Amino acid sequence: MSRAVKVLIAKPGLDGHDQGAKVVVRALMDAGFEVTYSGLRQTPEQVVQLARDAAVDVIGLSSMAGSHLFFCRKLKVLLVEHGLEEKLWIVGGSIPAHDHAALREIGVDGIFPAGTTLQEIVTFIREKVR
Amino acid sequence: MSSEKPPAPSPVFNESGLEIKPVYTPTDVEASGGSHAVGLPGQYPFTRGIHPLMYRQRPWTMRQYAGFGNPRETNKRFKYLIANGQTGLNVAFDLPTQIGLDSSDPAAAGEVGRVGMAVDTLRDFEIAFEGIDLERVTVSLTVNGSAATLIAMYLELARKRGYDIRTLRGTAQNDILKEFIGRGTWVYPVQPSIRLVADTIEFCAREAPKYSPVSVCGYHIRESGADPVQEMAYAFCIARVYADEVIARGLPVDEFAGRLSYNFNIFGNIFEQVCKFRAGRSLWAQIMQEQYGAQKPTSMWLRMIAGGGGSGLTKEQPELNIVRSAYYALIGALSGTQTMALCSFDEAYTIPTEYSARISLRTMQLLTTEMGLCDTVDPLAGSYYVETLTNQMRDQMEKVMQEIEAEGGIVKLISEGIIQSRLSAQAYDRRRQIESGAFAKVGINCFQIEEEEPEVQLHPYSDEDAQAQVAATARVCGERDSSVVAAALAEVGAAAAGDSNVMPAVSRAVSAYATVGEITAALTGVFGCYQEPIRF
Repeated sequence: MSRAVKVLIAKPGLDGHDQGAKVVVRALMDAGFEVTYSGLRQTPEQVVQLARDAAVDVIGLSSMAGSHLFFCRKLKVLLVEHGLEEKLWIVGGSIPAHDHAALREIGVDGIFPAGTTLQEIVTFIREKVR
Repeated sequence: MSSEKPPAPSPVFNESGLEIKPVYTPTDVEASGGSHAVGLPGQYPFTRGIHPLMYRQRPWTMRQYAGFGNPRETNKRFKYLIANGQTGLNVAFDLPTQIGLDSSDPAAAGEVGRVGMAVDTLRDFEIAFEGIDLERVTVSLTVNGSAATLIAMYLELARKRGYDIRTLRGTAQNDILKEFIGRGTWVYPVQPSIRLVADTIEFCAREAPKYSPVSVCGYHIRESGADPVQEMAYAFCIARVYADEVIARGLPVDEFAGRLSYNFNIFGNIFEQVCKFRAGRSLWAQIMQEQYGAQKPTSMWLRMIAGGGGSGLTKEQPELNIVRSAYYALIGALSGTQTMALCSFDEAYTIPTEYSARISLRTMQLLTTEMGLCDTVDPLAGSYYVETLTNQMRDQMEKVMQEIEAEGGIVKLISEGIIQSRLSAQAYDRRRQIESGAFAKVGINCFQIEEEEPEVQLHPYSDEDAQAQVAATARVCGERDSSVVAAALAEVGAAAAGDSNVMPAVSRAVSAYATVGEITAALTGVFGCYQEPIRF
């Protein structure tokens, strides 16, 4: 049996809306993934630290308050610095279509705006992480 | 002709888990406890409303949530809303302000002015409320973690502008316990956070007795996954914590309970929501009278802002949110709310535009002008269904409150992350029911259309504006008397370390143009910071 896929779900910045992130955590756990949830108010440095500590395969961010581009630009620099840029990077929440191209350019692999089904997220991770 | 009876319809349950019958009769009302709690509007137990004439005397206050960018821009939006007939202001603050950081704090980078107005010093309030008569328009501050500072700032602003704060009305959200459950703008650990709420209640009872220092929120508890019964029951448990803390200081219940208010959510089943409010009003009145020995009717009133309801709206077919919100407003009117605010249809995407904010305001105005909603009080009273469900929901709320007590009380359950875990499990279940189609949601699992994400007008974020805010605050700080500020901040720390009320010291600090971040630092220096329990 292959080992469980390890996923970090983090709440970047000061946004306090965590209902969606926690629902996603539960769905990923039910799908058999090993999930680390960060809690609120994570800095890019803290996200990198959690990703390294848990040796995750997937770094997921849940952003509801509009600062996703700003945060992802800062996180990208640190991911490269720590050799984490090959990890599967996903972002969900209130992410307007307007910003998707910019996020992909930064290096985000999967974007799951509000309205995405839980199954779509699970399937995406299963397909991308062997 | 067949003598067979038609097949029994499949059972229907509301979100609170109560089975709904196809037909109600007087027998159901009796079986659920009878009509003794119905009474008259304005009379105990206030099931039908807290005032005898309700909207015949005065329609509900319309108070759309607004605020963004710097105080100057927010002042313009406030004036726009007032010019369009809005009768109260509901101030949105940016996240740094809400958690007590200055705009110049490194952790505030990228968030200054984004989801609300940036406030660093009293100067920002002076600008934001310039030209607005604080006696004619009541102002509600949507702030929790840094509420003590912002309340002090508002009262100082009023004082400096020559208002008598003994007669000044206004509201602050200032319900920190629900921030630990949902919304997340906590700062200090649980116990000192409760103490700060009690400090504000006690201070306002003495200095600003018409000001409502707390609006206890079922709203965000519901958004976090609670059903309507839990929304009310948990909010009542939280209100009791604040009341107990203030009473323990020796303040009689009738000296502050009349200024406690509530904030509740509206989405979902129309009748379940109306009965929730009718049931909640009589239960709260009973709690205050029987358990707290309140004598004044105002102490027993469930005064509320109701509206919403964010979780009811969808990103799919967003124009339907205009229609949903109109039904939510109808529910609020049928429920006898004192104040109403509606989410705007584009709110799943962005901060509402002037256009969408005006539609929300007009939605409420249609009800008061064209639809007869102000003509008679509690028009659903006497319906067999409504009275039965009101009785049943009241019983359920009491049961949930008893369960919370049996588990050790709401503070313990919040501190250990148990409530948070319970609600996120419920939110997950509901999400799965929506995805499977078991819980109908138009546009998501039924009546869908192929749609592209609409071109909504996204509210722009400007880094230059954020920099301008930082520079403006630096100028204010450069002009103030730093020795007065330092002394005031030392007093804040000393008050926090002892057991005297921090509000007089916070007021002096604010008045000397100490920043929100400086005051927060003085308090965290004593209290420390909250560590979030992670529990699934």
